[in-house]
Amino acid sequence: MKPGSVAIVGAAETTELGTIPGLSQLQLHADAALNCLADAGLKASDIDGVATAGESPTALAHYLGITPTWADGTSVGGCSFMLHVRHAAAAINEGLCNTVLVTHGESGRSNVGRGGFRGGGGNASLPGQFEAPYGVMGPTTMFTVPFLRYMKETGVTLEQLAMVAVVQREWAALNPRASYRDPITVDDVMNARMIAYPFTKLECCLVTDGGGALILTSADRAGDFPTKPVYIIGTGESVETPMVSQMEDLTTSKAFRVSGRKAFEEAGISHDDVDHLMIYDAFAHLPFYGLEDLGFCKRGEAASFIEERNTAIGGKLPLNTNGGGLSYMHSGMYGMYALQESVRQLRGTAPAQVEGAKISISHGVGGMFAASGTIVMSNEKP
Amino acid sequence: MADKSRIPLPIPTPETRHFWEGTKEGELRLQRCDDCSETYFPPRPFCPACSSRQVSVFKASGKATLHSYVINHRPHPAFDGPYSIAVVQLEEGPRMMTNIIGTEQTPEALVLDMPLTVTFEAMSDEISLPYFQPEEASR
Repeated sequence: MKPGSVAIVGAAETTELGTIPGLSQLQLHADAALNCLADAGLKASDIDGVATAGESPTALAHYLGITPTWADGTSVGGCSFMLHVRHAAAAINEGLCNTVLVTHGESGRSNVGRGGFRGGGGNASLPGQFEAPYGVMGPTTMFTVPFLRYMKETGVTLEQLAMVAVVQREWAALNPRASYRDPITVDDVMNARMIAYPFTKLECCLVTDGGGALILTSADRAGDFPTKPVYIIGTGESVETPMVSQMEDLTTSKAFRVSGRKAFEEAGISHDDVDHLMIYDAFAHLPFYGLEDLGFCKRGEAASFIEERNTAIGGKLPLNTNGGGLSYMHSGMYGMYALQESVRQLRGTAPAQVEGAKISISHGVGGMFAASGTIVMSNEKP
Repeated sequence: MADKSRIPLPIPTPETRHFWEGTKEGELRLQRCDDCSETYFPPRPFCPACSSRQVSVFKASGKATLHSYVINHRPHPAFDGPYSIAVVQLEEGPRMMTNIIGTEQTPEALVLDMPLTVTFEAMSDEISLPYFQPEEASR
């Protein structure tokens, strides 16, 4: 990092230390955070970057009422917070955020609400207490819950939802590596096996195996490699809530809006500049939320936009050109495949190549509208 | 046949204990900020809107409306047949996840914005879960 360019302006520990059976692990994070905010004379709303280990940055941000434009959950053991400080300095220098809160809290002795994997406290976590008892069974029953409210408020129909899967299958038909390539109709989609009303099997992503990787280096060296460089020209991120039931508004994703806005600002481009778009489609309604929350369509108009074939082959905004999570593949964390397709399009090597594509956006979701990341790429150096 | 013992039961933390003690007593308890008046859920001992630690617990009306839902068709050991997983809008402002009970689990019976009231079911000595049912069913 640039020496002397970033400083620590608040520091505090929890109110008590020792044996604290009266606070859960998440509340230990919060207690330290509230004391630290007081030390700095800041409010939670002044914070736009969060980093933590042991709990997820999503759980921390939502609990404290923070809407970050940068989140770091690097978890490599006891030195994680040193890494957070370093990452935060780089992020601040890069303009990804201005004011970062790094927290630690651990109920090491009393073991209250102490999680294992990714800081989820199991049945003592907030999702464990307030969502898990109601028979949720992963994404099919949680990611889908907001959509009936979206339909009621926008007038979008189930036929329009089915059309998302139909159009993406058309793209998949051009892709020899796609899992599903046979054409389907709106009726096929609507008559497929019901998974979680109103979502049928063909409106839910595949479950497959696979992987992907990327290598990045400085733009100065980009010419030294055998492939056409793809430059990162804009980035955004945010997190909202670890509980889908606690979204601020079920019909729009705050994490999408914050992440998308940041990426567009950083890239200095307008929507008309975008030649190719990937929106992580874990379920068929995700492209609606993505197109609207990124600003490509006005509220409630994404379904018509897709129905009118703007995102289809030959349309003005080719979307999910690999077939997407609905038809190409979905191994669990599909974001990597969205990025791979953007790179192929900008290298000019995609099976369903968009002629002359110069700018591509890959927009990803994490959890059930819990988190978001947006990457703007170009094959021309800005 | 549904086996209610297969429901993953909440483990209260110090910050949520008042909520689960409330449901045992047939009360839905929320919190309100003494400084900025924000009413919020899920529980925490400070206000997520303004970070104030001056907050109070109060008994909510138990009235809500059906905000959104799905009807899960995949088998779950604790549930019979397709069942609703819903988000309800509480009269006081916050929303929460629940199941809608006391009515058919169909799109025809489950109409968005229909009025609901809370009801409680004891799952163990420690935990009673809040559920919601159509307002007329509770009369």
